[in-house]
Amino acid sequence: MDTVLPLIFMAVMGLAMLLYVILDGYDLGVGILLPFAPEEHKDMMVASIGPFWDANETWLVLGVGIMLVAFPAAHSLVLSELYLPVAVMLLGLMVRGVSFDFRTKANDKHKPRWNNAFTLGSLVTGMSQGWMLGAYVSGFRDDWWTWAFNGAIALTVPAAYVVLGAGWLIMKAEGELHDRAIVWARKAILPFMFGIAAVSIATPLISETIFNKWFQLPGLFALLPIPLITVAAFATLWHVTGKKSIIDAGYGWVVFAATVLILILATLGLAYSIYPYVVIDRLNVWEAASATSSLLILLVGLLITLPAIIGYTIFAYRIFWGKATELTYGS
Amino acid sequence: MNETALILARMQFAANITFHILFPTITIALGWILFYFRMRFKATRDESWEEAYYFWTKVFALTFALGVVSGITMSFQFGTNWPGFMEKAGNIAGPLLGYEVLTAFFLEATFLGVMLFGRGRVSERTHLIATFLVAFGTTMSAFWIISLNSWMQTPVGFEIVNGKIMATDWLAIVFNPSFPYRFTHMMLGSGLTASFVVAGVSAWQVLKKVDSKATHRALKTALFAAAFLIPIQILVGDLQGSNTLKYQPAKIAAIEGVWNTEKGAPIVLFGWPDKETKSNLYSIEIPKIASLILTHDLNGEVKGLNEFEGKHPPVAPVFWAFRIMVGTGMAMLAVSWLGVFLLRKRTVNTLPRMYLKGLAVMTFAGWVATVAGWYVTEIGRQPYIIYGVLTAAETASKHASAMIGLTLTAYVALYLFLLISYVFVVKSLSEKATRGQPPKLPTAPARKAASVVGAAGD
Ligand code: HDD
Ligand code: HEM
Ligand code: HEM
Repeated sequence: MDTVLPLIFMAVMGLAMLLYVILDGYDLGVGILLPFAPEEHKDMMVASIGPFWDANETWLVLGVGIMLVAFPAAHSLVLSELYLPVAVMLLGLMVRGVSFDFRTKANDKHKPRWNNAFTLGSLVTGMSQGWMLGAYVSGFRDDWWTWAFNGAIALTVPAAYVVLGAGWLIMKAEGELHDRAIVWARKAILPFMFGIAAVSIATPLISETIFNKWFQLPGLFALLPIPLITVAAFATLWHVTGKKSIIDAGYGWVVFAATVLILILATLGLAYSIYPYVVIDRLNVWEAASATSSLLILLVGLLITLPAIIGYTIFAYRIFWGKATELTYGS
Repeated sequence: MNETALILARMQFAANITFHILFPTITIALGWILFYFRMRFKATRDESWEEAYYFWTKVFALTFALGVVSGITMSFQFGTNWPGFMEKAGNIAGPLLGYEVLTAFFLEATFLGVMLFGRGRVSERTHLIATFLVAFGTTMSAFWIISLNSWMQTPVGFEIVNGKIMATDWLAIVFNPSFPYRFTHMMLGSGLTASFVVAGVSAWQVLKKVDSKATHRALKTALFAAAFLIPIQILVGDLQGSNTLKYQPAKIAAIEGVWNTEKGAPIVLFGWPDKETKSNLYSIEIPKIASLILTHDLNGEVKGLNEFEGKHPPVAPVFWAFRIMVGTGMAMLAVSWLGVFLLRKRTVNTLPRMYLKGLAVMTFAGWVATVAGWYVTEIGRQPYIIYGVLTAAETASKHASAMIGLTLTAYVALYLFLLISYVFVVKSLSEKATRGQPPKLPTAPARKAASVVGAAGD
């Protein structure tokens, strides 16, 4: 039990973080795209994410919550190292969350300002998350090279969110907005690809442990599918966004699905790289874990509630399935 | 760890949680009020109930959004500001916070979407259930977080192994000695806060002549709720005081301004607790009443601050915050009962304008009492973070003061801006003529598109 429990929690934490990136990723992406859309499409874009953003954000709370509960030592270490980018992200999350509501309820003349705040909040959130990802995989080093690397990731995470957001809009929107979304997706694919490549190349270079794990013989073959499928998914993305006829034939969802697939593979790769560490080369899963009794009591809760949460999340998505309609609670 | 950084870290935590609590304290009870409106509409089919529901749903959505975003900040604060706290008490704080996320946050966040945007896409019953689940979720969330906070005030059910706190009895931890009082007091506080918001905004609408039957119904509901809740709140507050006397006598000594242990202690209505002379300057006192309230005996003994040399909280903020809370409570009693009395002979439109103005002024009175109450509780716990077990200074993080100062400034600036925006938007919402109209149903083609791909139809 003592050895397995921390691993279970590590997996759930990874799952929560992955779900967060996918789910909040698409609504942050829509937020970043807002200024590129003409006025008449903005309400529809916001309406498409209206019922979901709050629950999407909650996966972040769960991820951080599990880190806090199961790996208190890592929680302290990571959040202390990331003090500033976390603060920036929180400010960004606050601004985008409230703009959402203020923009429909404020006077019309303030609306453009809340729209800008919405975009700014989404962008700042994405960028600070990128910076944190960079700092995390590079082991919180403080030198110019690392900062440059973190900066590069900070620019590419928003690109990933844009591809997701555009993929979401392709599914949820009709007519002109739908067509615009295809163009947006295509423009963001290259920076997104660059980001994934940069993290993949940097992690083994930074840590010898990780290098040895990837580049030794029988293992390499078993792992090969991860990069190969990722490349195939990117090729699909490029192909589909270039041929409107495919999307018109009803395969618009492929854009979103391929992006999600890439993110899943990236997470798997990252998880393989850092296992069994929580903080690379510094703190492993077992050193960081809290008392078995505390983990058990939470495991009970997880086993009961997680299926329920996933169940009613699916229920909510089914309710709002299909093309989005305007926000209908009378704004 | 230097002094400045500790003070800044505290100020940051205090600023964040103070900002946060303003919104939960409204949403918790407003959720139930909305549920009530919805139930009344279901029972009577009177459209004004539905109108009231839709108007207050908008205020709810706005308040909820502010509660959520400031709450996210809170969930990072334990790690960024008090890493030592999580390292030592993580085994207890962790699972309680975890249960809050699992049983409350997802529930409220997911069904909020259905409640706000689901009309026309789900059946009326599902919509009603969604409204219920949102209210239930916010209440559950308060349950867990208050449980944790009460445990920090009256810690039980644990042992200390290698400097770490280990749980021994979870039931005792969750239902710790001060929990029942604190939770009840907080829930009633939330009920009062929301009632005064509803009554105040409705009174404003009547004054501005943008009222309708729905406004009158909302105002009446809120006023009766407040009049009903406030006496219970005063009673529960008194019981809580007795409980605190048992577990945290130093806090009570600070609340009452009792510097030296005495029998038949007087109650200090007003005064200036002065830490140099260790006495209350310019005080107005009534003999023996403090003993009577606390020990239910005119000559009972009340322990003074002299017994807790160096281990008692700063007196003046606790003393004053307590009087602000109780003062606001008394004002709530007077205003709500006067309203109920006036309504016996009058309708809402014929209430005296002075009275309506009074209600409008009291709109955010609940905020004042709630924040003051929390300050009594939290500052009164000093110098401990977990009473008698762990002090705040032992748990703070090692960040440079400059960094904490910088982020503190950014947070406070944003909070002030958001608070002002919130109040203005609520005001302008209430003045819009189309306030409470039920929303348009989705247009036919959109609905068709939805059902083609298999939406849960209505
Ligand atoms: C008595 C009530 C109460 C108190 C003392 C607190 N909260 Fe809170 N919190 C709520 C009552 C609440 C709520 C009613 O559930 C909220 C507020 C408004 C809302 O919409 O949900 C919420 C939202 C909320 C959220 C967002 C949840 C979501 O995504 O839906 C987080 C992460 C926290 N809170 C965390 C905290 C932490 C770490 C606190 C303490 C230090 C805290 N809250 C004090
Ligand atoms: C919701 C209303 C709350 C308000 C307004 C509030 C207010 C405050 C204030 C003013 C302080 C600073 C005290 C000082 O330094 O003198 C403080 C400290 C603190 N509170 Fe709260 N609090 C609230 C709820 C909570 C809850 C629910 C928890 C935990 C579950 C909590 C945990 C803490 C901790 C860890 C500290 C820091 C340590 C310290 O300075 O003692 N608070 N709070
Ligand atoms: C009028 C009579 C009241 C009395 C005698 C009273 C009593 C108390 C006491 C003794 C405490 C400190 C608990 C402790 O930590 O030991 C407290 C805290 C608090 N009070 Fe009051 N109170 C009254 C009215 C109100 C009102 C009207 C509100 C809000 C609308 C309110 C909201 C709170 C809150 C939020 C706290 C902090 C949370 C807690 O400890 O429960 N109180 N009250």
